[in-house]
Order: sequence, then structure tokens, then C-alpha cells
Amino acid sequence: MDLINWFLDPVNWQGAAGIPNRLFEHISMSGAALLTAGLIGLPIGLFIGHSGRFANTVINLANIGRAIPSYAVLVIILPISLQFSPEYGLNVIPTFLAMTLLAIPPILVTTYAGIREVDRDLVEAARGMGLRERQILGRLEIPLATPVIVGGFRTATLQVIATATIGAVIGGGGLGRFIVDGFSNPSLPAQFYAGVILVAGLAIGMDLLLSLVQRRITPRALRGPLDRWAGPAEQPSPASD
Amino acid sequence: MESSAGRAATVEFDHVTKTYGVVATKAKAGTPGAVNDLSLSIPAGKICVLVGPSGCGKTTSLKMVNRLIEPTSGRILLDGVDAAGRELTELRRGIGYVIQQTGLFPHQTIVENVGTVPRLLGWPAARVRARSEELLGLVGLDPAKYARRFPSELSGGERQRVGVARALAADPPIMLMDEPFGAVDPIVRERLQDEFLRLQEELAKTILFVTHDIDEAIKMGDLVAVFQLGGRLAQFGSPAELLASPASDFVARFVGADRGLKRLALSRVADLNLRPAPTAVAGSDAGEARRRGLAASFRFLLLTDAANRPLGWIDARHLPESGALTEAMANPTSPFINKRTTLKDALSMLLDGDVQVGIVTDRTGAVQGLVTVDMIAERMREGHKAPAYLVDAPEGASAE
Amino acid sequence: MQPGQPLIDFSWIGDHFGQIAMRIGQHLELTILPVAIGFVIALILSIWAVRQPLVYGPITLVTGVLYTIPSLAAFAVLTPITGLSLLSALIPLVTYTLLILVRSIVAGFRGVPPDVLEAAEGMGYTSTQRLIRVEFPLAVPMMITGLRLATVSAIGLATVASIIGGDTFGGLGQLITEGLQTYFPTKYLLGALLSIVLAVGADIFFVQVERLITPWARNPGRTV
Repeated sequence: MDLINWFLDPVNWQGAAGIPNRLFEHISMSGAALLTAGLIGLPIGLFIGHSGRFANTVINLANIGRAIPSYAVLVIILPISLQFSPEYGLNVIPTFLAMTLLAIPPILVTTYAGIREVDRDLVEAARGMGLRERQILGRLEIPLATPVIVGGFRTATLQVIATATIGAVIGGGGLGRFIVDGFSNPSLPAQFYAGVILVAGLAIGMDLLLSLVQRRITPRALRGPLDRWAGPAEQPSPASD
Repeated sequence: MESSAGRAATVEFDHVTKTYGVVATKAKAGTPGAVNDLSLSIPAGKICVLVGPSGCGKTTSLKMVNRLIEPTSGRILLDGVDAAGRELTELRRGIGYVIQQTGLFPHQTIVENVGTVPRLLGWPAARVRARSEELLGLVGLDPAKYARRFPSELSGGERQRVGVARALAADPPIMLMDEPFGAVDPIVRERLQDEFLRLQEELAKTILFVTHDIDEAIKMGDLVAVFQLGGRLAQFGSPAELLASPASDFVARFVGADRGLKRLALSRVADLNLRPAPTAVAGSDAGEARRRGLAASFRFLLLTDAANRPLGWIDARHLPESGALTEAMANPTSPFINKRTTLKDALSMLLDGDVQVGIVTDRTGAVQGLVTVDMIAERMREGHKAPAYLVDAPEGASAE
Repeated sequence: MQPGQPLIDFSWIGDHFGQIAMRIGQHLELTILPVAIGFVIALILSIWAVRQPLVYGPITLVTGVLYTIPSLAAFAVLTPITGLSLLSALIPLVTYTLLILVRSIVAGFRGVPPDVLEAAEGMGYTSTQRLIRVEFPLAVPMMITGLRLATVSAIGLATVASIIGGDTFGGLGQLITEGLQTYFPTKYLLGALLSIVLAVGADIFFVQVERLITPWARNPGRTV
């Protein structure tokens, strides 16, 4: 079938439009966005989770943020980034910004939830034993909240991969290009399908990887029975990719 | 089966066995939750407590009555009729069921919760409502305050009361209670137990009550069935019997080394032959009292008011030759003990007050006599005399 | 975009009010329909999954896998098969809402406290009565949450549908895509903003519904 031929054709493995490059673009953008979102979302989540201050406002805002369609975010950032940088304003920057922004709410909310789930009595006992706030956070709350937080990253990862895929519409790179280009080129349906397979494969693969990480990282005592790999750990978010 | 609502029913276990696992032979000793050849007969209108360590099969036995668990072999007879033969939901609607976590429906108001079974039975709405409010009053919850609330708004003790009210709603002849007072703190638990016993005096239902607490069993039960691990019945009898003559080492240990003290909980001060109290009424002549007191071996007189209520002790030696007795002369050192107090509590009060003598009063507060630590100790040493008000030993119990 | 052209051309908006309104209508159709259909199917599947624990595992696994696939890919797969029509948008949309709703509804049913179920059974409810009068009402809050997530997702997904579907599906996504293709910011910004308003509005709406429908969860109990 055409599809198999397309995958076997060496042309598709070389150059800027080849699979490796697109894959690289996709992964690197996703990784960078996740990192940035994590750098923003984690500290905020830890802070409001531990201290409880501003929690209501921040969480409400974050939840509303999760409702926002990613395509819309992408498209709104576009003219702004074009103002700032006419050359690079298209392609990478708006996609990257959109990915980052959309990844912050799941990380933030799950980090907060994870810290909140730690038994308040435990925290109080630790405080009573003389641990300082930072130590309580570092030695008690974070280790106990780790599985949930990683779950948040799983969700964020899927969000980011999906947004990057859409980014192809405004000219960004990544595996989405195969889909978009393939669609506008009706004589090459194989490319279209290949894109779908690659994107799906990446998403499923990353999720599987992260679920293993989640299991490994869970302190042994907290591990339940072998979790079936059943998708994102927490409640499905409005992954309005 | 015609409605037996209002009447109490008899419950009989006839060689009931429950095993878990493929082979339905006798249960392996120690299989948690299994029941082994249980035969037990509970007369109508009595509270039978099933007590024993965790995993001894007491809850399993209870749940076989309303067939939440089905016996592997044997029969359970309710008023002589095999429970297995009755239609399942009809059976259950005729049995009140109270569990430890209450199981109140969170999404319904209190009054709706209480009316659950009557509604299932098809009673008209007005009657359901009236009955629910009546029951709330019966369990000590003011309907005006509680009817429209939700279970999440109530405290643990209040929720348990609602649970009991709900079980009583359709006036079932049998009640099953599985550690109903276990989830509340000891003070609330005691209050609930006392109020429930008072309620039972009015309603006289046949009640099967499961607990792991031997003190609760002795307090609540007319009859107590002690289970041991492996689902076997170790002893079945009145609390007094259990305490006075435990049938085996296990029962003796389970009942506790303080059996003697526990028996004190079964008798009340009123059961004793009270020592008469030498009294003198306030306002009467002090000189006469003085003479009387000095003449007796016991130099103290009990000063009372006109209604025979105690005010305190007077030392005759310190009385004036003449004049009236006043309250100021009295020294209220002894505790006043209501005659319905158990001997155990009375002893506790005397020891707390560090005195030898307590003044026994009735409901109006009038003096009945005196009780001393010695008298109570004497009672403790007495043989297997059961207090007069307990029922005679029931028939139909087979210990293993 | 030409230099000197304002970002948003309000006169254009005034002129094309009808078209914009139609797009909004299409978008609502693309949202409400899949959510409604998805809910019915999800309810049936969920009750089945709860009654037959063996089914729950596979259902969760399959829905989990499908959920991870970015929707653009999912839309992309189905369109050439079913052709460009409302159906090809509906299938992935219904599938996505289905995934979310099954999760939520099952969680709702599983969240019913076991002592409540035991009490209901012990008091003489038949299992149908128990399902309708006890389990269902107690699962409703989670269902509303699921509906909220599903609706908000559907709104977002519908915007993406137009990337593949062009002008067949319509909706606000089409405003966006057309705007992008013609380098006309007014159009795509408007589409984006409207879709955000719709999504956030739906989110807030369902939060309020949830609060209204569960009076029993409003007052946490006392501790005495």
C-alpha cells in the first residue's frame, strides 16, 4: 500500500521535511514548552498548595484557562508575535508560546491538588517536630505529591504535543506538517496518513513512558496494585487541542 | 406472610453454616467470617447480643438473617418460617437494619431518609411524613429542627439516631444492628446506649445486636452469644450467667479478668438491703438530736429538709444543747446516689469521694437509706445469685 | 497583513453580522449534538461497566489510548473515510466526549459510598430501585463535571475540525482558518475570541449547575 511505500522511501527520511527532522522539531518544541511551563507552574502550585494563600483565585483562573481552545490561543498570539518579530513571528514563536501557556494550567492545578492531598495532620506533626516550612515542603509534601504531579505532567505533555500539531497550520514545524501538507496535496494521501500515525504514535509513546516514570517515581509505600496504563492520571481535562 | 408489624418475632438459627470457598465442608478453624454449625434461639422481644473477636462470624451470622449473605447450609427461622423461602425484598423490608457507618442517603433530607422503607412499602405520603416525624421525636431529634437537614450537616451521634429511626420506620418485628454505636466517642455512645434501652422498654422488638465490646454486650443484652474464631458459638446465656459461670477458658478470658466488677454493673443500688439512715429534720430541736446521736454507736445524723431530702452530716458531739437545727451545721461530704445507679457506678462514686458511705436517694431526691463500700464488696463476693429483675435462663441454646 | 491596517476592522464585523451569527450557530450544533449523543452512549456504557467489573478494565484502556491521540490526527483519519460531511466531524467529536463522559460517569457511580449501597440493599431495595433512586442521584455531580469537561472540549475540538474540514463543518473554526488563509486578522481574531467566550461561558455555566443541583454537599458536617 502507498503508506508503507511512503515510509520506506528514503526521501522522506532526509532533510528538513523528513521524518527525523520533523520529529525533532516536534519533540524539542514540546520539551522546551514543558520545561518553561513547569518552571512557571510548579513553583506557583507548590506555593499555593503549601501555604493555601491565593489558592482559590489562582485555581479558579487556572481552571478557566483549561477551558480555552488551543487553536484560539495560537491564533491570538499570532498577530502579537508578528508585531514583535516579523521574521520569526510566524512559525515557531507563537506555537511555542501557545504551548507553554496551555501547559501551565494542568501542571499548576495538579501540583496544587497533589500537595493539598497530603494529610494536613502529617504536616502539622512535622511542623510540631520543628521542621521548617521549606523542609516540610521538600521532605514531606513533595515526595508524597510526586505521583500526582507527574500525572499533571502527563496531561500537560499530551496538551503540548497536540498544540504543536495544530501549530503546523500557522507554519510551525513538527509532525503536524505531514498532516496539513498532505491534506492540501490530494495526490499524496500517504503523507497525510503517515502524519496521523506519527503524531498518534508520539503521543501514545510519550504517555506510556511517563506512566512508567510515574510508577517508578512513586515512593514504594504508596504504590497501589499495578496500574493499568489507562491514560492521563487525573480526570480528563478539557484537552481542547 | 401476614404483617407482623408491631409484634416482635422469634429468630432461630438451625445448624447454620457458612463457608467461603469451593468445597462446602465444615469451615476451617480461623477462616475469617465463616460460621460453623450455629444453633441459637432468640425469644421475641429480647435483645440478643452477638459478641466476639474480629473475624469470628458474628457479623456474618447477622447478615444471614436478612440474607445479605446466604447460608451454605442450615436454616434461619423467623417466627418459625424459613427466611430462605421468603421473597427477598419483602423479607428485608420487614427487618430493620442499622450499620456502623449509618449508610444514610446523602442526597436526601433526614425526613426522607427516615421514610425510606414506608415509601418502599407504598404508604401514602402523608402517613410516611407523619411517621417519620414521630420517629425523629422518639430518637430525640426535634423534627422541626432536623427534618429538612441533610446527613452531612449532622454530627456522628445525630446520624446514628437517624439510622435507628430509619430502621424503626415500618415498625418491623426484628431489628439487626451491626456495631451501631461503634463510630462515636464513648460519651455519645453511652448516651445512645441508654436511650436505646429506654426505647426498647417501650417497643419490645426482637433485636440482634453485634458488637466486639464485651462491656456493651453485657449492658445491652438480655441474652449474649459469645463467638470464638472459626465461627463457633462458645456460650449463650444471660449476662449474669456469662459472668458468673463462663463455659470455657476462652469465654472467661474474653469476658475479662474483672468479671466480678463487671457483675456489679448488672445490679443496682436499689437491689441491696440499704442501711437505714438516722435522720433529723432541719428546724427540729438540736438538743433532742444531740441526745439521740450520742446514744447511738454511730454519732452522725443525716440532716434533711422537710421533704426528706438530704442536706449533710451532723456530728452529734458538736451540736448545741438547745436551739433549732440549721443547714449551716451540716457537712455535705457524702455523695448522693440515685437508687437506680448500678453498683459499679456507685462504688466508683464512693471511691472518687474517698468516703465509705453514700446516701441513696430516689427520683424526688428523698433519702432511702445508706450504702457502704463494704456492702458492695459483700455483694461482689456473693455466689451466682442473679438479680431478681433479669429473665430466667432461656431455652434452646447449644454451646457448640 | 498589510502595514497600517488596524488589527480589528469593526466595520467588517458590522457588515458580516449574519455570517458570524451563523458560524456561532454551527459551532453550537457541533458542540451540543456530540455531547448529547455522547452522554446517552456513555451512560449506557458506564452502567454496564459498573455492573460488570470485567468490562471496566478494557473500556478504560481503550478510552485511555484513544484519549491520548491529538484530535487533529483523529479528525484527519476519519475524514477521507467518511467523506467530508457532518458525519465525519461528528464521529471524532462524539468519540472524544464519550471518553470523557464514560470516565466521569463511572467515577460518579464508583464514588457512591459502600455503606449507602449496603444500607439500601439491606432495607429491601431491588437492584433497579437502588440504581435509580440511590446510585444515579449520587453520581449526578460527577456527571455534571463530565458534561462540563466534555462540552468545553467539544467547543475546542470543533474549532480544530475546520482545519481538516474546510467549509463543510463551519463553525468558529472556519472563521479562524479562513482568516489565516487570507491573512485577515479581524476574522481569525474574532473567531478565536468568540470560541474562548463560548468555552469559558460553558465552563462557568456548568459550575453553577453543579452547585445548584447538589444542595446536600453545600454544608459540611460538624465535628461533634
